[in-house]
Amino acid sequence: MAGTAVRGRLSWLTATVGPVSDETPRVRTLRLEVPGWPGHRAGQHVDIRLTADDGYQAERAYSIASAPGEPLAITVERLDDGEVSPYLTEEVRPGDLLEVRGPIGGYFVWEPGSGGPLLLAAGGSGVVPLRSILRHRSLTNSSVPVRLLYSSRSFQDVIYQTELGFPAEGVSVTYTLTRSQPRGWTGYARRVDAQMLSDVAWPAADMPLAYVCGPTRFVESVSAGLVGLGYPAGRVKTERFGATGQ
Amino acid sequence: MDGLATDMALDDSAVDGNAIGGLLMEVFGTEMTTATGTCASCGAVSQVAELAVFRPALGTVVRCRSCGSVLMAFVRIRDVTCVDLMGLASLS
Repeated sequence: MAGTAVRGRLSWLTATVGPVSDETPRVRTLRLEVPGWPGHRAGQHVDIRLTADDGYQAERAYSIASAPGEPLAITVERLDDGEVSPYLTEEVRPGDLLEVRGPIGGYFVWEPGSGGPLLLAAGGSGVVPLRSILRHRSLTNSSVPVRLLYSSRSFQDVIYQTELGFPAEGVSVTYTLTRSQPRGWTGYARRVDAQMLSDVAWPAADMPLAYVCGPTRFVESVSAGLVGLGYPAGRVKTERFGATGQ
Repeated sequence: MDGLATDMALDDSAVDGNAIGGLLMEVFGTEMTTATGTCASCGAVSQVAELAVFRPALGTVVRCRSCGSVLMAFVRIRDVTCVDLMGLASLS
């Protein structure tokens, strides 16, 4: 089967890096041009594979940052001890080639028909798939009400700052800045806790649907908090990305 | 088994079954993160996307979030992926 692309199977495709934009000093969005890209759903991810000159390969999963119908884009946070993210955030240039496969995942996805109201909770770069959901909502003219609770180390670390500064009608954005706050900051300045969730999250009686994405500890604590507020576990979709960031 | 589950919850490196959707598609030939697995040890039923995934250097270990038992293990050797599903009573 080596070298054969089987229909329906997931094959590695060659992506050409398109425009790149810096979101924060540690985070960059890369547009990927992938001939034959089948399209994706909001909340899905791709696997990226890099091959070193000696044949060593490293693979990582990255959430898709763009909405369905938009050109494929990923947003990558640099992890200082990472094997892949330093390359993607510092070395890669437009025109470079990467291997990509996807789209992947059917669980952490949102469609306008999934309902709501939506509670989106992001820890650090966990905001990436939630941004795809927000853009998909706007592009489909969905009126589902959304509250985004976004936990970030500092305001400088807020990804998509400009876009989130002008949310679409029916979308509210609440930040909590866990390590440092700008002068005069009046918002939350601590890790997400039960009190914050009860302030910000839709009451369970509204039958909300929650998407929680971030480092493992963030997701554990937010999902437990939401279940404590009466959210059925089946209405809280989670995506943990390990012990990084936030 | 409680000890295992507790250790697992505290392990920051655990990710979700979502994260190995690509590997699962490679092995099973179809999207598996929304498939339902039943733990052979405790009987817990969950979507694959909700299982706890650990990725030590040599492979991938998928554990039950209820009891911590190993449900699936994957090791890749020279482009061949070896799969152990012995911890699952069912996967559909």
